[in-house]
Amino acid sequence: MTFQGTKLAFASALALCAGLGVAQAQQTDITVALQLEPPHLDPTSAAAGAIDQVLYSNVFEGLTRFMGDGSVVAGLAKSWDISEDNLTYTFHLQDGVTFHDGSAFTADDVKFSLDRARAEDSVNAQKALFEDIASVEVVDPLTVTVTLAQPNGSFLFNLAWGDAVIVAEESIEGIKNAPVGTGAFQFANWVQGDKVELTRNDAYWGDAPALTEVTFKFISDPTAAFAAMMAQDIDAFVSYPAPENLPQFDADPRFQVLRGSSEGETILSTNNALPPLDDVKVRKAIAHAIDRQSIIDGAMFGLGTPIGTHFAPHNPDYVDLTANSAYDPELSKQLLAEAGLPDGFTTTLKLPPPSYARRGGEIVAAQLRAVGIQTEITNLEWAQWLEQVFRGNDFGLTIISHTEPMDIGIYARPDYYFQYDNPTLQELIETLDATTDPAKRSELLQQAQTIISEDYVNGYLFQLAVPTVADARIQGLWENAPTQATDLTGVSWAE
Amino acid sequence: MIRSRNLLLGGLLCLIVVAGALVSFLWTPYDITVLDIPNKLQTPSLQHPFGTDHFGRDILSMIMIGARTSLAVAIVAVGIGMGIGVPLGLWAASNKGGWIDEIIMRGNDLVFAFPSLVIAILITAVMGASALNAIIAIGIFNIPVFARLTRSGALSLWEREFILAARVAGKSKARISFEHILPNVGNLLIVQGTIQFSLGILAEAGLSYVGLGAQPPIPSWGRMLADAQTMVSFAPHLAMVPGLAIITAVLGLNLMGDGLRDLLDPRIRVVRQ
Repeated sequence: MTFQGTKLAFASALALCAGLGVAQAQQTDITVALQLEPPHLDPTSAAAGAIDQVLYSNVFEGLTRFMGDGSVVAGLAKSWDISEDNLTYTFHLQDGVTFHDGSAFTADDVKFSLDRARAEDSVNAQKALFEDIASVEVVDPLTVTVTLAQPNGSFLFNLAWGDAVIVAEESIEGIKNAPVGTGAFQFANWVQGDKVELTRNDAYWGDAPALTEVTFKFISDPTAAFAAMMAQDIDAFVSYPAPENLPQFDADPRFQVLRGSSEGETILSTNNALPPLDDVKVRKAIAHAIDRQSIIDGAMFGLGTPIGTHFAPHNPDYVDLTANSAYDPELSKQLLAEAGLPDGFTTTLKLPPPSYARRGGEIVAAQLRAVGIQTEITNLEWAQWLEQVFRGNDFGLTIISHTEPMDIGIYARPDYYFQYDNPTLQELIETLDATTDPAKRSELLQQAQTIISEDYVNGYLFQLAVPTVADARIQGLWENAPTQATDLTGVSWAE
Repeated sequence: MIRSRNLLLGGLLCLIVVAGALVSFLWTPYDITVLDIPNKLQTPSLQHPFGTDHFGRDILSMIMIGARTSLAVAIVAVGIGMGIGVPLGLWAASNKGGWIDEIIMRGNDLVFAFPSLVIAILITAVMGASALNAIIAIGIFNIPVFARLTRSGALSLWEREFILAARVAGKSKARISFEHILPNVGNLLIVQGTIQFSLGILAEAGLSYVGLGAQPPIPSWGRMLADAQTMVSFAPHLAMVPGLAIITAVLGLNLMGDGLRDLLDPRIRVVRQ
């Protein structure tokens, strides 16, 4: 008995010491959970946002970069000069930058990265970002000039994308499994199906981050996400999958909840090539049959901002066009009758896994049913959705959030999955791309928003909110998501 | 006494479920195709005895129509199992030891060897998720159960004198199987049918839970459970009600199966007496 008692006392003394030890040392590791695991780790060769979500700004950097508020600032390029005719950009690179494998970052790497991205056989998911580049010239190791074929007002913005990060020729072979960048963290380990680990890059050229070890965990199941967060197995969950649980985290002093805006326009994507959806009257009828507020309340538990066009409401050029498609089921029935479909019609509604789509889909289906449009709902996994809907164009309606920033240009691509073909808009987007004057660009952007809204290309539902649930002591997380990223360079634990 | 109590309680529980499903064809307290989002997640009250779900639909109405889905899937699945399994079992028994018997029984073993739910998931994943494919998947796994049961019941019957008499009278094997063997394995089949029925309801709930059963907007108990999953911590009734519905149906059918066996199987009756 006595012996056991001593052992117990000893054990508790040990435990006490351990507890004190933790309290005294500043915590420098963090475990961040994300919903989706990246398919591989090369942000320059896939459309998967999950790759940037792990690597952007942490491991890879571009010449320019996005900040948490959506602004574009200097990255690996210290500064730049733009010629009078807006065609030549001269970038002055940061000095003393090395890649994680020790090789020096020079103008050659910039030339290699940009040439690789815009090459004929490039697999870059956003080749359009680079298509105006005519040539990339190395002036000296720290200076690079990029010549454009035509002026491009958003060129510096384009270079901030995760698809435009700088990679090194020496390490390009293994980039998909062992990415080598210039960022504040270097890749350490990837346990497929579970986690990606990063460690601090002690040779980082910029301000040293407060964190030394970073683990990204991948949890797609909302119930598991809730359990892991509540048990504090994870320190933060970026883009938390179940908005219905947020009030509980709000009420718990251990946690903080950030409700940020994202670039995700959540839309009822419509196959513009499939009768009867190719008739603008039918699409208008769908638009008027939808009650956005119900969808936001029912599917997102109130989290989200109604939109009337494909543009983020926090952008200064946004035009509120929600009135174009106000909830009016009577008008909707009338429009269907005018389109020669007084009894409605039947179409498919294919839904990817996120809850905004699955729950939103049920609400949309009920609202469409009320005006006589029957939908056959099919729930699809991501791979099936990409194959059938995004690449196969085999769908009538689908619900999806377009999370790329400033992506209104997709409406000028008739081969894009919703197959909208309007030469007027295509011309307008072409003019926009060649315009550098901010006032003129703003005007053109507003025109484009109005055209697609009045053509009812898709049903415009709401701007997706990005809830981040985190330990209350963590500071410096991005609240908004101007691009898909989890920038941890400025994150630290409060004392 | 014990056996009648089982039968009575089981029958009563089943009656509740069946009555709910039948009434739902004519009337439900609320129209579940209309979403009433401002009234979502209400706790049970007089207006909504089981509360409302995350879309403001009346859960009682959903459960009633969900019972329809569950019963329909289970009935057809058991029907497939019996319709194909029983003749196969009779055929195998009438050719005992022959190559037909071997093929049928080894085929059965093959189907038995796979975990049924995993194969059901595979079937629905390949052919697409729908109530129909769930029925097919569950039905296929009922076939060997009935085939084996019928065969073993029939084998002992083939040894009996009245069968011998029928053979002497010149009746064909097929005719004997259907005229004499089948009526005598009927009791076994009814009891097993009840059990399979309850397993069918469970399987449908399981498939719907993982999203491979009936697709929205058709309500299904399994999907109601799945939808409720993230809301259990603040709206437990969302998960409890469909859970209780599944328990009611499965428990009722199992009790009824037990009761029926006691009633129909003379050997057990003798022991009890």
